[in-house]
Amino acid sequence: MNYLDFEKPIQDLREQYDKCVILGRESGVDTSKTLAQLQLKLEKTTARIHKNLSPWQRVQLSRHPNRPYTLDYIQALTRGHFIELHGDRYAGDDKAVVGGFGKIDGESFMLIGTQKGKNTKDRQYRRFGMPNPEGYRKALRLMKLAEKFEKPIVTFIDTPGAYPGLEAEERGQGEAIGRNIYEMMRLSVPVIVIVIGEGASGGALGIGVGNSVCMMENTWYSVISPESCSTILWRSWEYKEKAAAALKLTATDMLKQKLIDDIIKEPSGGVHFHPEEAYKKVKRYILKAAKELSRLTSEELIIKRQDKYLAMGIFDD
Amino acid sequence: MAWFLRKKKNILTPSEDRKNLPKGLWYKTPSGEIIDTQELKKNLYVSLEDGYHVKIGSREYFDIFFDEGEFEEFDTDLSSEDPLKWIDSKKYSERLQEAKKKTGLKEALRSAFGKLDGRTIVIACMDFTFIGGSMGSAVGEKIKRAIEKAIKKKCPFLLISKSGGARMMEAPYSLMQMAKTVAMLSRLSQAKLPYISLLTDPTTGGVTASYALLGDINISEPGALIGFAGPRVIKETIGKDLPVGFQTAEFLLEHGFIDIICNRNELKKSISEFISMTSK
Repeated sequence: MNYLDFEKPIQDLREQYDKCVILGRESGVDTSKTLAQLQLKLEKTTARIHKNLSPWQRVQLSRHPNRPYTLDYIQALTRGHFIELHGDRYAGDDKAVVGGFGKIDGESFMLIGTQKGKNTKDRQYRRFGMPNPEGYRKALRLMKLAEKFEKPIVTFIDTPGAYPGLEAEERGQGEAIGRNIYEMMRLSVPVIVIVIGEGASGGALGIGVGNSVCMMENTWYSVISPESCSTILWRSWEYKEKAAAALKLTATDMLKQKLIDDIIKEPSGGVHFHPEEAYKKVKRYILKAAKELSRLTSEELIIKRQDKYLAMGIFDD
Repeated sequence: MAWFLRKKKNILTPSEDRKNLPKGLWYKTPSGEIIDTQELKKNLYVSLEDGYHVKIGSREYFDIFFDEGEFEEFDTDLSSEDPLKWIDSKKYSERLQEAKKKTGLKEALRSAFGKLDGRTIVIACMDFTFIGGSMGSAVGEKIKRAIEKAIKKKCPFLLISKSGGARMMEAPYSLMQMAKTVAMLSRLSQAKLPYISLLTDPTTGGVTASYALLGDINISEPGALIGFAGPRVIKETIGKDLPVGFQTAEFLLEHGFIDIICNRNELKKSISEFISMTSK
């Protein structure tokens, strides 16, 4: 397990706990009382730290190396009933975007998401979760497939942004994202969007137009990453914490600003400590949202989705 | 003492004898050509010497496209707020005030309707001089309303893009304007009305990744910079120099994302022709 700076007290207690378990086993001494005490302390400490997380700390949590990624969610939700589909049918198969049909509690869904890697090699293979145009076009192809078979769509967002590469520009990164936004506005099936990690700018929005859009508690969603924002404004990465606060990018901020519909609470300490618990909550959210949206006609789904976005923004008139 | 050293210090001409040249008599193009600004204006701000298209704003474009330069502007009082109470090197609210004072504009986009070759049209045009033509809530709302107007009047919609992208000072709201404007475009499409997208120098970021490349016809002026990511970011990411002509209008035409590159002098004619071919 990797620990962030501010998770240090949690790390100490966890290590103490583990030592105590081993000690008890080896010496045969009854450590149950100590363990219970440690457990209580651990819970209290975790709760205390997580009660007052700064926006920047949430950004750090959203990138935690032990946090589950899209395929982890898909595997857990479908219990292996998942057929991954590949390719955009034009140029290639982007590894930064995954998707396919899957069954959750017997119901079919189209599950799509940006995918990060777990180790150095895997991260490069997934281009750090930064899609090329092929990724967006693959996602669109799969969404159209879902529409054809009248299956609801779930997208998982976890991306530091669309890939800023030479080939990406040649193959129309801007067009691919714009086209996806456009087509997602017109999909006749329910679209559920969940930000599970990073939601960076157009790269996230390219698979992020939905009827129900929610964010996990420790994620961020904004027009730019805190680091890039800091670089542009103060010519250095140093001010990322300040930028994170200024951007109003946390789930709570986004809900307050009426730019998302829901927040999924994370287990104590964050998703990475209790992924199973998080999978359960995400599953509950998807099934509930799908049920509610299934009551709407195709036309209502489209109009409501569009109306929601058409109402966004604060201006002086 | 060397012969070329000055013996007397300072400039000796009294300031009342100084000859003041009126500003803006000459314009220097990137290739170094010097052009009389009156001549330039007459040629729609296209350099007679090297064909360079000088960056212009909504005033000039409205003049170019609307018959006799006559149009009715709408949503003239719609302007930005500062929902995040944003402060960087200065307050966003102050930056807005300064931009308004400097440019005489209220926002980075103006919208109007009038006639183009006798046909009713709604035109929305971005102004780069207003905070880099960036898109915040006000720009998004004005585009939405302009499209609404086109649907109501059953007429074509021309959007002239010139923007650095989404406006950082309204971060999350700016991002969602990408979705908002495109949502309205889909309604325009449903009404079977033409959407003409004119991409001018520069069109980048969130504008490129939303409405700018979604036109029924995408037109650009020669040499315009058009791209999603900025050239500097790409260069840093790939660690290589970028090829000559990368992210120009010509590059996009070559890769299939633009229909026509059109000289500014020909723009009105091309657009008018397109509209006549799509109308009933």
